[in-house]
Parts: sequence; structure tokens; C-alpha cells
Amino acid sequence: MPLLSRKATCSFHGQDSSYFLGWQEYEKNPYDEVKNPKGIIQMGLAENQLSFDLLESWMAKNPGAAGFERDGQSIFRELALFQDYHGLPAFKKALVDFMAEIRGNKVTFDPNHIVLTAGATSANETLMFCLAEQGDAFLLPTPYYPGFDRDLKWRTGVEIVPIHCTSSNRFQITASALEVAYQQAQKVKLRVKGVLVTNPSNPLGTTMTRDELDLLINFIADKEIHLISDEIYSGTVFSSPAFVSIMEVLKDRNPKNTEVWDRVHVVYSLSKDLGLPGFRVGVIYSNDSIIVAAATKMSSFGLVSSQTQYLLSAMLSDKKFTKEYISKNHKRLQKRQSKLVSGLEKASIGCLKSNAGLFCWVDMRHLLSSNTFEAEMELWKRIVYDVKLNISPGSSCHCTEPGWFRVCFADMSEDTLKLAMQRLKSFVSSTTINNRSHQDLKNSRRKLRTEWVFGLSFLSLNDREPD
Amino acid sequence: MAIEIEQPSVGLSKVAVSETHGEDSPYFAGWKAYDENPYHESSNQSGVIQMGLAENQVSFDLLEKYLEEHSEGSSWGKGAPGFRENALFQDYHGLKSFRQAMANFMEQIRGGRAKFDPDRIVLTAGATAANELLTFILADPGDALLVPTPYYPGFDRDLRWRTGVKIVPIHCDSSNNFQVTPQALEAAYQCAESMNFKVRGVLITNPSNPLGATIQRSVLEEILDFATRKNIHLVSDEIYCGSTFSSSEFISVAEILQTRDYKNSERVHIVYSLSKDLGLPGFRVGTIYSYNDKVVTTARRMSSFTLISSQTQHLLACMLSNKEFTEKYIKTNRERLSKRYDMIIKGLKNAGIECLKGNAGLFCWMNLSPLLEEPTREAELTLWKIILNEVRLNISPGSSCHCSEPGWFRVCFANMSEQTLEVALERIHKFMEQRKRK
Repeated sequence: MPLLSRKATCSFHGQDSSYFLGWQEYEKNPYDEVKNPKGIIQMGLAENQLSFDLLESWMAKNPGAAGFERDGQSIFRELALFQDYHGLPAFKKALVDFMAEIRGNKVTFDPNHIVLTAGATSANETLMFCLAEQGDAFLLPTPYYPGFDRDLKWRTGVEIVPIHCTSSNRFQITASALEVAYQQAQKVKLRVKGVLVTNPSNPLGTTMTRDELDLLINFIADKEIHLISDEIYSGTVFSSPAFVSIMEVLKDRNPKNTEVWDRVHVVYSLSKDLGLPGFRVGVIYSNDSIIVAAATKMSSFGLVSSQTQYLLSAMLSDKKFTKEYISKNHKRLQKRQSKLVSGLEKASIGCLKSNAGLFCWVDMRHLLSSNTFEAEMELWKRIVYDVKLNISPGSSCHCTEPGWFRVCFADMSEDTLKLAMQRLKSFVSSTTINNRSHQDLKNSRRKLRTEWVFGLSFLSLNDREPD
Repeated sequence: MAIEIEQPSVGLSKVAVSETHGEDSPYFAGWKAYDENPYHESSNQSGVIQMGLAENQVSFDLLEKYLEEHSEGSSWGKGAPGFRENALFQDYHGLKSFRQAMANFMEQIRGGRAKFDPDRIVLTAGATAANELLTFILADPGDALLVPTPYYPGFDRDLRWRTGVKIVPIHCDSSNNFQVTPQALEAAYQCAESMNFKVRGVLITNPSNPLGATIQRSVLEEILDFATRKNIHLVSDEIYCGSTFSSSEFISVAEILQTRDYKNSERVHIVYSLSKDLGLPGFRVGTIYSYNDKVVTTARRMSSFTLISSQTQHLLACMLSNKEFTEKYIKTNRERLSKRYDMIIKGLKNAGIECLKGNAGLFCWMNLSPLLEEPTREAELTLWKIILNEVRLNISPGSSCHCSEPGWFRVCFANMSEQTLEVALERIHKFMEQRKRK
């Protein structure tokens, strides 16, 4: 039989990682309130299921948008034939307005600089193809979204070099960490082409500070490299500090048409903010017209269905709707996140204080049998198989510190979340009784608390919600 | 044709600055001329008529009628049942009901002469993505695929641009109606070897674009045997299979494999799409059907970069699951395309122009070599420019399809109304009369 390519036979698709294995276990034994109450609860899927009713009610009021109608006329043929990789102009306009709205209108975007792609997965890969090749590397702060290993590296041949971040300063990027990563790349003879950050961060659920963003711009200006800001969670910032986009910082400090301006690119998507991952809507935004032109041509390999472009252009053009949606979505996410945080607290588990995203970055270091990744895997397996919760271990996100887990809160009902927290509490109690004395546990928790008290949401103990 | 230009650009990749996207070829230049001065029946009767776009616009009414009568495919009414699940569905296995419907549709088009297993169907955003994806899986950068000429100009981009794979042409000519011969296959293979390219497969388009003709059974068998002997892959791009004018003339490689009990089938992969047969290029629906389990698994994972919108999968699952509708559609579509084809062939013949005998597709392969000043590519391009600028028809010159014989042109007939086609034929007739007088 003829051989397949190296790309086909390597394991860069990343599907042997625990991130995917957890999903597989869930598929085999999925929780269902009625049919399988003892099944595994999915907490590893960063989906936003909280605001569908808002979308559904809009569609009920505007049936023409999904029914190929514009002003009462059928535009089925027009849409069926529309495969122009420049994208539906009305959709691009609606998207830039939406993106600006999410950023409090502190920045505006030019629809001619938008490239539409089939999801952010495609957008990130396409940018890699445009900016880098075999022998090049992008620097990424850890912990990062496990999918990047596949999206950025698999077919492009580009390498990822980690910028190590730690809990000592809430996993923020530092100048020295950037420099260390850059040197590391040079040491292994990789050409650094840029930095890619996710802001708000997956898996941390935090927004980047203005200082961090300034730092990044200084760094890429100095090294003459690119910066990609994956802002797909920008619409999920539910509490302060407010979201600051890289474009805002750039606008504030660098005049247009400087070189740096052309090297900053944003990735966006409707999968998280609108909860529509199935519709495959991704965006590349770049100030550099050459990159926009190249990416536009490349988007031929992953265009957004014109049927979907039309539906969403109608929806996002409805400014009354978008205003209401953004606001309600934030409130619901905030409420849900605090339910998770308080549920974790009751199980004596803390997490990184977060203000965005669809997940929390949970600290289970005190539950490890040893400060190792083996112990983290051990703990993870127990949580998946015994506690029956699918959560994502920090090692799958390339975290340098063992014991952290990403736990999603928006991909299930409130009742299911409650049940998950109960299970976790029972597990921790039984573990405590079996392994350590209460006093030992209290002592270790106190030690951890002093280490980085500002980060823990134990601070919110005083204002937690009643059950 | 396209050359990779290495330019030191502000930190862009070689891929980004190369010209392998092929968009500077005449194929695209003609489109630009059309965009600037498009023909319109009432408002711009002297404009350029687009005959370079292989679109199927003859059967929309059938689709529109179906959608009117079956709104469940395109609406989420009060309470919108199913919306959430659909909006969340990003599983790269694809909607099962849609894969099932596609498998049935592909079987129906082939008159039931081949069976398709829905679990071997991988969904991609268009055949463009399917072809690129397969190339990533079957070949490494620097390797080669053999492709019979003339071929679809988009292949230069789809198969080569980001993959780094080369195309080595299998030269075909009019002496035998451009059919692939064993000698041509072998010559292409040797050519690749002499350039130190490892040949990983053969990629054929059946029915052929731009020839507008199906590949004969004996030729298909020869190509399959060749691939087996050389232990390489065979990709059969069958996106025009539903546009054969008679139901019996298209023979899919799937049929041949079935009659051979699927021996040696793990090297065969079929590409399909709804862009041509259903006339829905905007919806981005492509598929890879592979008889190789590892290819199916890998292609599925890779399809993450190019998934079909779940909204669209849902719509088409509804439409294509209705066997009564699909049977009627396939039959009616064939009849209308056949009628269009007859119309254009007759019109061209009246103008003194011969075409390759075709039986499929949305275009005909027209022979204007008698009009060339000399049998060269330059003369062909000169003639093409005259046709574009004076006759005001955008047709595709054979050189953009890598045809080794100058003077052939691809002319599309299904992307316009009958009246517009009449106007185009009148213009051609007038042009030929004028030339006769000169």
C-alpha cells in the first residue's frame, strides 16, 4: 500500500493528549439528568450555552434571515452562488461594528481589513502560513489552549516555544520570561517570527493588563517580529477590569503607519461570544494589506458558508439586539462563574481570580500526592473516573506548575453544575479523611494562601452567594 | 507556470509572497475585465458576457420550490427546536444524517452502480479544501502528483500552494480526444523521476474539467492499474458527475473498484462537492471519500480547519434525504444541461466552430486552432484578448489549463440565461463572419 505523508503519520494532530482523552471518556459515559445520572459531567468544553434563548427569540422575530429572504424577497440564488473570498460586505460591516462594540467603541475596525475563515481554528493556521514556515517559531505564554499545538504547528511546520508564566504573579507575562523564551528559540536554531497571546486568556479566564500589552508591543518592536492577539473571548469579559484590546493600546501609543502597526494582528470568532461554534465563523484582522491579501486568497480553503454569513449579518446588524445580548450574556456568565467559584470553595478548592472566559483556572495543588505531573495525571484520572467530571489538566495546556486544572462552567445547566460541585466536595472530604488529618490540610492551605493571597478567590468568601 | 518569487518582505512567509496562488494568470484577468463591464440583458447589452465561470444556474427553481415546501430545513421557528444542538455541533465527523444523505445522493447519481459508506465520508468546506487536504495527507513537500492536461487552473493553487507539492503534467492531445494513454502516464512518471520528484499519486477529474467529457472505462482501468503498479495513490475528482447528460455514460472509479471486490482500493480517494451538481458553491460543501481507513481518520482530523457550517449541513441533510426529490432533481438537471449543451454546440457549428465531443460538465472545449496566426501560446493569447475585448466574451484559454496544444478554449454555458447564451452565440457568429471576409 502506498505510504502517506509525514504530516499524516506524525502525532501533531495532538489527539493523543489528555485533553482529547478526557473527551473520549465522556463520550463513552456521558451524564444525563434522567438517562444517566451517574455519568461523567462534561466540564472540559469551553462552550457558551447560557444565551441561546436570546438568539432563538431574535430568529423567531426575524425568520427571513435563516429563510434566505431580504426585504421580503428571496435571495436564495444570490447566496447560493456567492463564493467570493472577500466575504459578504454586509457581514463584514456587521462584524466590525460588533467587534468595536465589544471593545466599548474605543477602537474601530476597517471592514476591508477583515478576512473571514471557517472558525478561529482556520484563522490561526492561516496566519501561521502567512507569517512563518518550517524552521520558524512563535512564542506563546503558558498555559495555553491545547488546540494550538495542532492549529499552529501541524500542517505549517512552525514550532511553538513557550513563554513560561507562573502563579507567583498570577501567570502574567514578564519581560524576562519573554527574553528567556526568545533566547531558548535561538539556542535551538529557530527563527522567532512572532508572539501569539490569547486575550482574554484560555485557560486562565483573565484579561491582560495594559502593562502586559505595552510590554508585548515593546518586545515585538525591539525584535521586529509579529504579534497575534487571539481575542475570541473578548465578548465574555463579565467583570472588571474591562477588556483592553491590543489595538487600543497600539492606537494610544504608536502612530499609524509605523512598522509595528503592520505587525499586530487580531483573531476573532463567534464561537464563544455568540455560542455558535457549529457555524464556523472566524476572523483575521490585520493592519497590513499584504497580509490581508494573502490571507484572503488562502481563505479559499475554508470559506464561511454564504447561508451563515447572511443569517449573522442580519443578526449582528440589529444594534438593539447586540446591545442587549452583550449585556445579558455578561451578567449570566458572571453569575455562573461565581456559582462555580463558591462551589469550589465549599470543597476547599481555590482558583485564579478571573473576570472573563467560560472556565476557571482551578488550583488543586494541595490535593496532589507530590508536586509532579505524574501526580497531576493521577489526580486527573481519579477525577474523571471516580468523581466523574471531565476537566482539563494543566499539563495539557503546557503549564509549568503541576496541580492546575481548567474547569468550564458555561457548557451545562445550573443544576448540573451544582451536582458537579457536590461530587467534588464529597471527593475532597473522603480524600482528606483517607490521606491526611484535618489539621495537616488546614496548615497546607494556610501556607498556599500566604504565598499568593491576592490571586485566590478565598477573598470573596465574605460576599459569596447563598445556596 | 507560476513561479515562486523569494522576496525579503517584512517578515512574511515564502508562501505568502509566492505567486503559486496563480491569481495573475489570464484565467483571473478575464474575470477582472468582466467585473469592470458586466453584460446585463437590459442595462448593459454591450457588456462582457461571462463564459469563464463553471457555475450551474439551470436548476435553481427546483431547489427553491423544495425549500418553499419544506421550510424545516432552513428555519428555526417559534421555540426553535434543534437550534441549540445545531449551533453547538462542531464535531468533525459531520452530521450523521447529512453524511447519510450524501452517500445516498452519490449512489443515486451513479445509478446505484456503486455503494458508499457514510462513515467513509469526510466533510470539507468545498472541493477546493478537499483537494488541498488530500494533498497534505498523500504527499510531502517536494513530492509530485501527476495530473492529465488540460486541467482546472485552480489546481495549481489547491494542490501546490501551501503544500509545497509539485504537479507534473500527463500530456494529452487532440489526436485521441485528449484521453490519457499508458505512454503518457509513463512519460510523466519518468519526467518526475528525472527531476528527482517522488511521485505520490495521480489526480484525475472525471468528468473532466475543461474537456466536458467522461473518462472511458478502459482508460480508468489503465490509470488504476498504473497507480497499482507504481504503488501510488489515485485521486478521482468527480465533482461534475451529476452533470453528465445521460445517466449511463459516467463511470466512477468506485464502480470499477466494486467490480474488483475492492482489491487494492486503499490507494483510491474520491472528491465530491455540491457546488456544480446542485449549483451551491456559496455553501461550501465538499467531501473526501476514501477507501483507506488511515486517510479517513487523518482527513477527518484535518477537516477541523475547514468544517462545513452546521446550519448548512442541516439544510442539505433535509434536502438530500428526500429520495423522491433528489431523483427528480438529478434527472431534470441532466436534461436541462443536455439541452444547453446541444444549443451551444449547434450555435458554434453554425459559426463554423468545432468542439470536442462532450457528454458532461458545464462547458464545452472549443477548437479555435484554425484561427491562430501560428500554433503558439502567444497567438492563442492574442486571439483570447481579441475575443475578450472585441467580441466581449470572457472564455478560458487552453494555456491557462496547461493544454499542450494551442488554440483550445473552455466555454461555459450553464451560468447564464438562455437569452444571454443566444446573444453570445450571435456575437461569435458575427465575429467568425467578419474574419471570413478578411
